[in-house]
Order: sequence, then C-alpha cells, then structure tokens
Amino acid sequence: MTERNQAGWGHRTLQSLLLLYLLLPLAATAVYAFAGDWQDTVLPKQWTLEWFESLFQDTRFLEALWNSLYLCSISVALSLAVMIPAVFVLTVYAPRLESLMKGIVVLPYAVPGVVAAVGLIRTYSGGPIDIAGTAYLLVGAYFVAILPYMYQGIRNSLLTVSAPELMQAAGLLGAGPVRAFLTVVLPNIVPGILVSTLLSFSVLFGEFVLTNMLVGAHLQTVQVYLSRRMGESGHLASAIAISYFAFILILSMVLMKLGQTKGRRVRG
Amino acid sequence: MISKKKRYRLRGRLWVLGLVPFAVMVLAFQLAPVWSMLSGSFRSDADSRWTWHNYYTALNSPFYLKAIENSLLISAYSSLIGIVVGLVCAYSVTRFAPTVRDRILMLSNMTSNFAGVPLAFAYIILLGSNGVFTLLFREWGWNVFDGFDLYSWTGLTLVYVYFQVPLSLLLLYPSFYGIREQWKEAASMLGASSWQFWRSIGVPILAPAIFGTLGILFANAMGAYATAYALVGGNYNLLAIRIGSIVSGDVTNQPNLGSALAVLLACTTLLAVSLNAWMTKRSARYLTGAAKAPPRKGFVRQRGTGVALAEAKEGTG
Repeated sequence: MTERNQAGWGHRTLQSLLLLYLLLPLAATAVYAFAGDWQDTVLPKQWTLEWFESLFQDTRFLEALWNSLYLCSISVALSLAVMIPAVFVLTVYAPRLESLMKGIVVLPYAVPGVVAAVGLIRTYSGGPIDIAGTAYLLVGAYFVAILPYMYQGIRNSLLTVSAPELMQAAGLLGAGPVRAFLTVVLPNIVPGILVSTLLSFSVLFGEFVLTNMLVGAHLQTVQVYLSRRMGESGHLASAIAISYFAFILILSMVLMKLGQTKGRRVRG
Repeated sequence: MISKKKRYRLRGRLWVLGLVPFAVMVLAFQLAPVWSMLSGSFRSDADSRWTWHNYYTALNSPFYLKAIENSLLISAYSSLIGIVVGLVCAYSVTRFAPTVRDRILMLSNMTSNFAGVPLAFAYIILLGSNGVFTLLFREWGWNVFDGFDLYSWTGLTLVYVYFQVPLSLLLLYPSFYGIREQWKEAASMLGASSWQFWRSIGVPILAPAIFGTLGILFANAMGAYATAYALVGGNYNLLAIRIGSIVSGDVTNQPNLGSALAVLLACTTLLAVSLNAWMTKRSARYLTGAAKAPPRKGFVRQRGTGVALAEAKEGTG
C-alpha cells in the first residue's frame, strides 16, 4: 500500500505529461478566446473580452443557443415521459421482457450517428410522413440517441429503491397501482433519474452528426453554428468553444456532486 | 372469486399501456429507419429493383474501396496507439493514492468533453497552418514540424488519438486492480523477473480487457464524423464522410448506395462492439470473484457515470 501512495517520479512525470497533452488544446483555445494580439510569442501581447462581448451580441449565436437548449430540453423531457412508465412496467410486471428491451436500448451505442441519420432521412423525406429537416425528426433522433443512458439510469433507480416490493407494500395498504406509482415509487426515484437526465442533456448538447445531417440546413445548434463560423473568425470560434465547454463542465460537476451524494446515501 | 380474477386480468392487460409510447417511438425512429436502410441498400438507384449492385459498387469502385480502407486504417492506427498510451498511463495511474488517481481520471475525463468540432478547432489553433506552435517553431527556427501538415492523414490520426486516449485510460485502469500484489511477490519469490511476470501472468490477465477496449476504440473511430468533417469538410475520403455527403446530396443523389455504405459501416462497428461484449463475458468468467471486485465501493457509481460519459462522447468524436 505504501508503494501505491508514494508513486515514484517516473509515474509522476508520466501523468504530468499525459495531463499536459490532454489539456493543451483546451488551454490554447481558452487563451485564443481572450487574446487581443497573438503572433510569434508564447503568450498574447494583450488580453481582451471583446470576442465574448461580440459573441453575446450576435443574434445568430443567441438563436443557436436557444435552439440547442429547447431541442435538448424537449427531447430529454419526452424521453422521461416515455421511458419512466415503460421501464417501470417492465421491471415490476414483466421482468421477462427486459432482455428484449436491453437489446433495443443498447443499439444506439453500436450504431454510429451517420448511419442513424441515413435511415432517418430515408424514412422521413417524401413518403407519407414528410418531416425531413424539421425539429420533430431531430427530437425523435435525439430520443433514440439517449436511450441507453435513460434506460440505465431509470432501471438502476428502480432497483435501488426495490420498486416491485414497494408496489406490493402499497398494494397491501390499499393503494391502486397508479396511485402507488405516483405517490410512492416516483418520488423515490427522482434523485437517481436526475443524474441520467443531466447526462443525457450534456450528450445532446454536444451532438453534431445527427443535428448537422438532419436539420443543419434549417436549424442551427451551438455545435453546428461553431462549425460554420470556424473558418471566419478564429477568436470568435474560440469564444464559442470555451463557452460551450464551460457550460458542459458546470453540468458535469453538478452531475458528479449528485453522484457522490447519492453514493454516500446508498452506502450509509 | 370471478370478479377478483377479472380484475387481476384487467390489471394484467392495463400495464401494457405503459409500453405503448415507448414501442411507438422505437418503431418510428429506430426500427423503421433501420428497415428502410436495409431494404434500400438492396434496391437499385436507377429503377428501384432488388439488386446486389449497391454492395458490388461499394466494394469494387476504387473510390469507395479507398474510403473503406482509409477508415479501417485510421481506426486501427488510432486505436492501437490509444491502447498503448492508455495501458501505460492506466498502469501508472493505479500506482497513485486513490484521491490523486481520481483527480487525474477526472481531469482526463473532463477533456473527453472536448471532442468533435471544438477539438478539431483547437488543433487548428495549435498546429494548423497559422497555428501557435507552427508559427512559434518557425520563429525559433525549429524544424521538427516542417514536414507536418495537420490536414494530412498523419494530422488526422493525431487528432483521433487525442480522443481515444482518455477513453482507453478510463476503460483499462480498473483491470489493473485484477492483478494482485501477492502474485507479483509470489512470482518474484519463485525467481521470475518483472518482464517474465508481465509476459506470462500480467498480460494474459489483461488480454480480455485490452481486446475489449480495442473493440470500443475501433468502433469509436470508425463512426467518428464530426472531427474529420470540421477539420477539412468533405475532403477526406473516409467512409463516414462519404456516407454523409452522399445522403445530404452534396455530390450525387444515390440514396441506396449511401444505405449500402452505411450498412457496411454499421457492420464493422457492431462487430467491434460485440468483440467488447464477448471479451467482457470472458474476463468475468475466468477472473476470480476477489480479483474482479472493484477497488472501492463508493467509486463504482462514479466510474459508471464516467464510462457512460466517455462512451457518450463517442458519438461526437
């Protein structure tokens, strides 16, 4: 154990190099976003907030930000509304069907976004349901993309609070299944589901392939907007990238805090 | 008695209602598209008759064959480099105290959010034709990067490796806890050198984890689209990029050929991911209960989130 606690200088150098390698692109983007004049020197000659100012006055960026936020929120909300009853019903009433559900739900892991986009475009452009290029199609695609995280999160929470036993107990005390679900099970699984909700949100916020291929021509999210502006102004693009990263970072920190408090509660 | 039975049966049917919205959504946005793609890939673009022609074109035209080859090569190279770097770093990170280890892993995981478009952009800032390092090194007269071009295959591989390393580290480090200190002591007491220990005990135990992670990394790189697209638009001849430009109608309007290419891409990623599933089962079978037990109970949940997060970033890669 002592050896493990006092890692030698070799290990320390290696890890420092690793972190340097991993953080360098991030640091460069951050410096570029705040740099006034940066040429031929290690660090910029002057610093400025100009790029962020112009970014948050740029109506096209604000529109993209709004698009990202509402598309992700609607998709996650829809997923919650659909997945909670489905996973609940399977866990409590039909555990035998769970392996089928697992098979369906794990598919988006293995199928790349480009492939999913091909199928979606084929199905919904022309034909009886023509919703190509609309937010409806994207929300459907997003719903499928976050299936694995939502399923895992909801199922784990249900098992942690032992939902089947809770339902039985509530039934014995005279509550109908719907009432038992709404007043006993649902309040108990909210903390667990919160984690997978935030995770799904941050996954969708960073989504590019589906968004660009399905609705890129009509609707721009932050990622699509960034890819369009990259060639024009490097400083502005860095400001977008850093704002995006800061947002995701805050989200994952909240996520980690939630995970920790939950872990402690379960252990205690 | 009868009414009770009836009520029971009623309840037995009513729960199905909870599954209806799920079934509708999955049918509409997952199964129908997959079916449409599969059936389309066997139909001719000219007269929509059943045909093998799309697969024949995909596997015989030098252009698409090259795209497949490029994708396979860059995925293989970037995953192999990712595995080697990940293995060394994963071993090293288990040598630290848990608090330090968790902090290193957290930082590495944090950078995995920096994938896809923002990552391509960061590399342009660092190593692009007017990148910070490019200009600095020119100024200082260093010529290590003289022959380097970010927009070449070497450059793209470099960027791919960047998003493979954190994933590889995160997936590999837990398996090092399967190698117990006592085994090392026992081996050295019996006269084995450190090299012999790793060759005949350490590496065989790690092998399933290594191959499994290799599968995930390979699938990750095969499906990656955003990074290459953001770096040079549609100019790389990669399978994912080709599919994207065929389907969005940039070049030609051949949706069925695009479907055939997409089916081929999905086959490779499905194969790679099932390699991972197979290897996970294997390692679970032959590691003893104690050895595969995770290092700390409270950490499991966090790691679960971390792995999920890292895997989530695959899509954006």
